[in-house]
Amino acid sequence: MRRLLTLAGLALLPVLVLGVFFVLPVGGMLGQGLWPDGRFDPGSVLEVLGRDRTHRVVWFTVWSAGLATVASVLLGMPAAYALHRLDFPGRRAIRAALLVPFVLPTVVVGVAFRQLFDATGAVPIIAGLAFFNVAVVIRAVGASWESLDARPAEAAAALGASPRQVFVTVTLPALRPAIVSAASVVFLFCATSFGVVLTLGGLRYSSVETEIYYLTTQLLDLPAAAALSIVQLVAITALLAIAARLRAVPDAGLARQVTRPRRPRIEDAPQLAATAVLLLLVAAPVSALVVGSLRVDDAWSLGHYRDLGHTATDALVTSLRTAVDATWMSLLLGGLVSLVVTRRSRTRTERRARGILDALFMLPLGVSAVTLGFGFLITLDQPPLDLRDSPLLVPIAQALVALPLVVRTLAPVLSSIDDRQRQAAASLGAGPLRVLATVDLPVVWKPLLAAAGFAFAVSLGEFGATSFLARDEHPTLPVVIFQLIGRPGADNYGMALAASVVLAATTALVMLAVERLRVPSVGAF
Amino acid sequence: MLNSVRRRVLVLSVFLPSLALSSCSLVGDDDPEDTASDKKVVLVTHESFVLPDELVAEFEQESGYDLVIKAAGDAGALTNKLVLTKDDPTGDAVFGIDNTFASRALDEGVLQKTDAERASGAGEYDLEGDGADYLVPVDTGDVCMNIDTTAFETQGGLRPPETLEDLTEPEYRDLLVLPGATTSSPGLAFLLTTIAAFGDDWPSYWEKLLDNGAEVTQGWSDAYEAQFTQGGGGGDRPIVLSYDSSPAFTVDESGEFSTTKALLDTCFQQVEYAGVLAGADNPEGATALIEFLETTEVQEALPEAMYVFPVDADAKLPDDWAEFAVRPTDPWTVDPAEIAANRDEWLTEWSDIVSR
Repeated sequence: MRRLLTLAGLALLPVLVLGVFFVLPVGGMLGQGLWPDGRFDPGSVLEVLGRDRTHRVVWFTVWSAGLATVASVLLGMPAAYALHRLDFPGRRAIRAALLVPFVLPTVVVGVAFRQLFDATGAVPIIAGLAFFNVAVVIRAVGASWESLDARPAEAAAALGASPRQVFVTVTLPALRPAIVSAASVVFLFCATSFGVVLTLGGLRYSSVETEIYYLTTQLLDLPAAAALSIVQLVAITALLAIAARLRAVPDAGLARQVTRPRRPRIEDAPQLAATAVLLLLVAAPVSALVVGSLRVDDAWSLGHYRDLGHTATDALVTSLRTAVDATWMSLLLGGLVSLVVTRRSRTRTERRARGILDALFMLPLGVSAVTLGFGFLITLDQPPLDLRDSPLLVPIAQALVALPLVVRTLAPVLSSIDDRQRQAAASLGAGPLRVLATVDLPVVWKPLLAAAGFAFAVSLGEFGATSFLARDEHPTLPVVIFQLIGRPGADNYGMALAASVVLAATTALVMLAVERLRVPSVGAF
Repeated sequence: MLNSVRRRVLVLSVFLPSLALSSCSLVGDDDPEDTASDKKVVLVTHESFVLPDELVAEFEQESGYDLVIKAAGDAGALTNKLVLTKDDPTGDAVFGIDNTFASRALDEGVLQKTDAERASGAGEYDLEGDGADYLVPVDTGDVCMNIDTTAFETQGGLRPPETLEDLTEPEYRDLLVLPGATTSSPGLAFLLTTIAAFGDDWPSYWEKLLDNGAEVTQGWSDAYEAQFTQGGGGGDRPIVLSYDSSPAFTVDESGEFSTTKALLDTCFQQVEYAGVLAGADNPEGATALIEFLETTEVQEALPEAMYVFPVDADAKLPDDWAEFAVRPTDPWTVDPAEIAANRDEWLTEWSDIVSR
């Protein structure tokens, strides 16, 4: 009983935050759609669901996000191996660099992709979605791969299994929770990505997310927007249920022994080659961006950076402060959620409750930023929740977006810890906190860093929610870039590129610094 | 044992500074909320709003009010946000409702009457009917097709297009890029241009335009910066939907000519308005702010800050603007009430044509 109360206590804060900053606002917007003029009238919502256009939009969203997820996983797996299991010079820098796409403005990337793929249509859209999301696969799967016990694979090899057999029968099953986790997050990101689809595909393609934006901000057709939001929520719930089933591992209680990364060998050539291709794919738009930012009137110059001056530094400081806030919030909430959902359940109800909790915190990824933003305005305006002007809103909204990434990075690792280790520690007299610090933390440390990096990058590059929420006189760097790129003139465009480079470089540097932080005793048990 | 102590120290050394840093950021942002509400005036506006810091400081000093600017979303999001929050507005004054959204704002009653003094000549841009009692014109600009004149000179003397009809001619195949009507405000303005020009036949004009290879993008930047030959991204289409002021930003190094030109027969006039929100805490402050936006000083700062023309007939334009930003004498217009009545239907039909 006491155990359950403790867990409920741990879950209280995240549930409260989610309730106030997600369930309430989104519920408010759905209410506006379902109760137009105060009377319950689901008729118009149902009518929208029957429209041809709705079917087309939903179908496009599903298949484009599905293909992009497959592409991200296929591209990301070899790189996850090469960057997390092999030791070669520069791998940390590459790992940091691969997160850069996360923060790049879509218009800039669109320009580069148009040069790479001389066509519009579905191919650039899928390549673009993969470009932005492959880092999720690399980080999440890599973190799990890194802490994978190497002995079963070695045993299989010693028994005569070919490398392919070892991978398929030993490694892949062990990585499955992480892969499914990463894939479900990537799918949600792709399905709800706002800018990429439109920037790379033009208006011929419309996704559920863009449709909700259009219905809400242009037509103020709230019943239709509510209908699509409900479709989103239902689809995501179904997806999460499937993902939860796929990543369930009957016996996670394996002894672990963290393997040190080793020097590349000749048989690693395919993975390294695949990683190199991926790097090129990421490097092309990024280098086009850097080159563009250094060209003034067809000559090399730092002019655009000078022109930016204090606007950019001010905005960068604002961005960094917001990102720090969003990061600790999402780590705190995500850490609590991960702890609660990964503890062994003793009853069926308990397990079900954990499953629901787990899924609940994935939902913010699947709901349109405009729904959330407008929801804040109409529901958080009365005391005691008079929060719509609070400076906390932006970091909290960003933390909610990053939260699923944090949970999906931490939970697979936490759940792979043998509970008997905790029991052993407890029977030797360790208190709950001591158990956490000596058993969980060393294993979860690297994934925690990976998650912090994600949260930071998400917050630095986040534009959708930020631009909908009331912001004061201090814009973030992505907002400044958006303003610059929305004005004619070569100088404005050059400055926008320069500001993007600053954002990208900052992201890469922060990622590098985060990677260097480590617990000395990791793997020493 | 040593390990575990060192570990804890490390963990603390990572988390404490970040907590400290963040708490300092939260405190730092709280300042505007501390001022008494009667000395504060809150302006709700869209994300393109920019007012130079000196002017903000000047307003605060002269009026004694603390100006809080809440800029978020585009013009459509702005108007609809006001409609959703009309029982409890998030500010005192609004800037950025344009003539395509004015009727919705008026019909929904989000504004109260204002007798704020206008700039001289601003009356020319007033809404018809009693809308003029609620909304004060602040700036204007025209959405026009722009062409890259250098591209047409080098293209073996291909005659540059001039009219809307020209754009559907085969010699201009695959040369046009424009932002969409459902996702951008200039895109909506161009849809209205075609409705003003072709009446009920506008859908067939759009079909011809698309058959002729017109590329429809999400926003203005995706069209101008990424795909227009004179945009920053070095695109390959020499005709783009932009503004009549855009040529002032593509002036050649010599300063003698602009590499782009607006097609003055394809323009739609946009006007942006300011108003006092119904239920405002500080209507006097809102009026003072609107009157400040109408001063010659602010009017003359608008072109450089927001890339729009002042409504003040006496305001002096920047040199490049006076020379290269040529304005149409007779732009297309559609009555705001008609826009309000038909917008949804037009946009839905348009988006069906484009995504077909």
